[in-house]
Amino acid sequence: MLEGLVLGLSTAFSIQNLIMVVAGCLLGTFIGMLPGLGPMSIIAIMIPVAIKIGDPSAALILLAGVYYGAIFGGSTSSILINAPGIAGTVATAFDGYPLARKGKAGKALTIAAIASFTGGTVGAILLMGFAPALATVALLFHSAEYFALMIVGLSAIAAFAGSGNVAKALMMTVLGLILATLGESAQFNAPRFTMGIQDLQSGVSFITLAMALFALPEALYLVLDPKRSNTGGAGGEIKDLRITKAEAKKIAPVIGRQSIQGFLIGVMPGAGATIASFLGYAVERNIAKGEEQAEFGKGSIKGLAAPETANNAACTGSFVPLLTLGIPGSGTTAILLGALIALNITPGPRLMVDNPSIFWAVIISMYIGNVVLLILNLPLIPYIAKLLLVPRNYLIPFILFFTMMGSYIGQNNATELLMLTGMGIVATIMRFAGFPLAPMLIGFILGQMLEDNFARAMNLTDGVSFMWERPMTTTLLVLAVVLIFLPSIREQLAKIRRRGVADGD
Amino acid sequence: MTLDRAIAGIFLLLCLIYGYTAFVTMEANLLPFELNMTFLPNTMPKWLSVLGVIVGTVVVVQSGPTAGAEIDDGEIDYRNLRQYKLGQAIFLLALMVAYALLLRPIGFIAATTLFIAGGSMILGERNFKVLLPIAIFTAFFIWYLVQELLGIFLRPWPWFI
Repeated sequence: MLEGLVLGLSTAFSIQNLIMVVAGCLLGTFIGMLPGLGPMSIIAIMIPVAIKIGDPSAALILLAGVYYGAIFGGSTSSILINAPGIAGTVATAFDGYPLARKGKAGKALTIAAIASFTGGTVGAILLMGFAPALATVALLFHSAEYFALMIVGLSAIAAFAGSGNVAKALMMTVLGLILATLGESAQFNAPRFTMGIQDLQSGVSFITLAMALFALPEALYLVLDPKRSNTGGAGGEIKDLRITKAEAKKIAPVIGRQSIQGFLIGVMPGAGATIASFLGYAVERNIAKGEEQAEFGKGSIKGLAAPETANNAACTGSFVPLLTLGIPGSGTTAILLGALIALNITPGPRLMVDNPSIFWAVIISMYIGNVVLLILNLPLIPYIAKLLLVPRNYLIPFILFFTMMGSYIGQNNATELLMLTGMGIVATIMRFAGFPLAPMLIGFILGQMLEDNFARAMNLTDGVSFMWERPMTTTLLVLAVVLIFLPSIREQLAKIRRRGVADGD
Repeated sequence: MTLDRAIAGIFLLLCLIYGYTAFVTMEANLLPFELNMTFLPNTMPKWLSVLGVIVGTVVVVQSGPTAGAEIDDGEIDYRNLRQYKLGQAIFLLALMVAYALLLRPIGFIAATTLFIAGGSMILGERNFKVLLPIAIFTAFFIWYLVQELLGIFLRPWPWFI
């Protein structure tokens, strides 16, 4: 391993590759900030550039830098305007945006930067040490377990994002899953539920749905209630960038736990940054006690640090199956896989043996990328946050415009814009009635993967018997059911306790 | 009837239609060789529709006048929509629809300029000396970024040029 490290260091520290890291991080941050342009679209756009570079390590280093930068940029727009450009930073907006509205945008961005840095760095260290070992763990999982794992993820999200109303959150999850079945089904290429409309044949686009569920309702809320644009403080001036010692003490254990948990979730194919951030948020919320727990969702610094650490650690983790097995763990790594194949590199167990310089240079560049992000972004935060100073009359049309551009340039289809507007109106009405929107988007994202794995598991066992024949699957499914009923059981217990002795008769 | 119950009701209806399609229509359209297969295009929709009907019913039964009666700080009370700037929101949504319909015929530059200028005007901006240059600059800048740097085609001018 030491030999590999030295090789990686010498490759990564060449002038060309250092420029690639810095350029990738900067580009990723700025583009990732625009709602609608997540790492997937940026990396897809960068592939021609990467192929032009020709040198596989340099290309992969550039793309990895863009990936990190985009995740960080996505958190910035989540915190400042509640418009997560990517699913992985949706949980960041839960507490980041309330903090920004309280006038603590500077502090929120600092916490996000530190949490991302730690998560990414710890992830890179873990990746270095455990990449080969973790690959064997991931190999133990069959499609039946992936299916069960996704069910656990979905029910955990419904149980914790529903803020007291699990049934509503579950309903939104099912709605997301139903939306995901529009278009073509797993293993069959025939259209279904398209009602004969050709534009629906490729299904609903993820970016359009994400925009319609988050950016558009938020913009409409800003229009409806002008008081919301008032970000407090001196007209959005970012001050108070520093975090106090007490706050650092408060978030340190959260960051520590989530770095490891996020990484482990990221290693599992199909899970990735999104589930890691939601599970991280949910776990920390459950661990927190009393007042701290009540603060979650209203601007808790713990609630911000948890998903931010977890999503960056998971991004690093998702490189494990890509580099060691050749299986992409997420949409973004799938695009990276495509780029690698175009560069005549086949990721897989042989990569470490055949092209050790590429393998280790990428790992080292992850570490450099995280340092670069921290150094670049901490001083830049006040300027990034100037976004809040743009007057409302201009800000809202621009948010709406970028929302539309995000869903338009992905597909180059004007019908997409009509769907965006329609779904945005429906989402706003659902938000009026207190239906949580995040579970719906997660259901939609996981829907396709869920069906693929369900199909595979069913074909292997000729039916649904895998649900009780494989102990690991059964355990995970039971856990999912427990998660759904846990909040209501807790409530009942609390009620009994409150009634106390008087209940004796 | 409260809004959340109405939404759950609509959801329930959707699930019933979805379920009918999965259980009846799609089943009838299966090809002969597909009948022996374990997994079919309508397998997952069948499970989902059953799940949806159960969950939807629970929400309809659960949500009553008590649920959602408290309005959180920062949330909007939909029972009094008139106290908010409803007109502005509706006009902006109409502007978005107009943008979607006009983008192809009149080209990206004109449509974008009109959208940004129109949006600001709906929100009450009247300083045209600032407004118009910003709108025109944005239109050209984004067009340059998307078409020239990223290489994604956007028709800049109206159809007759």
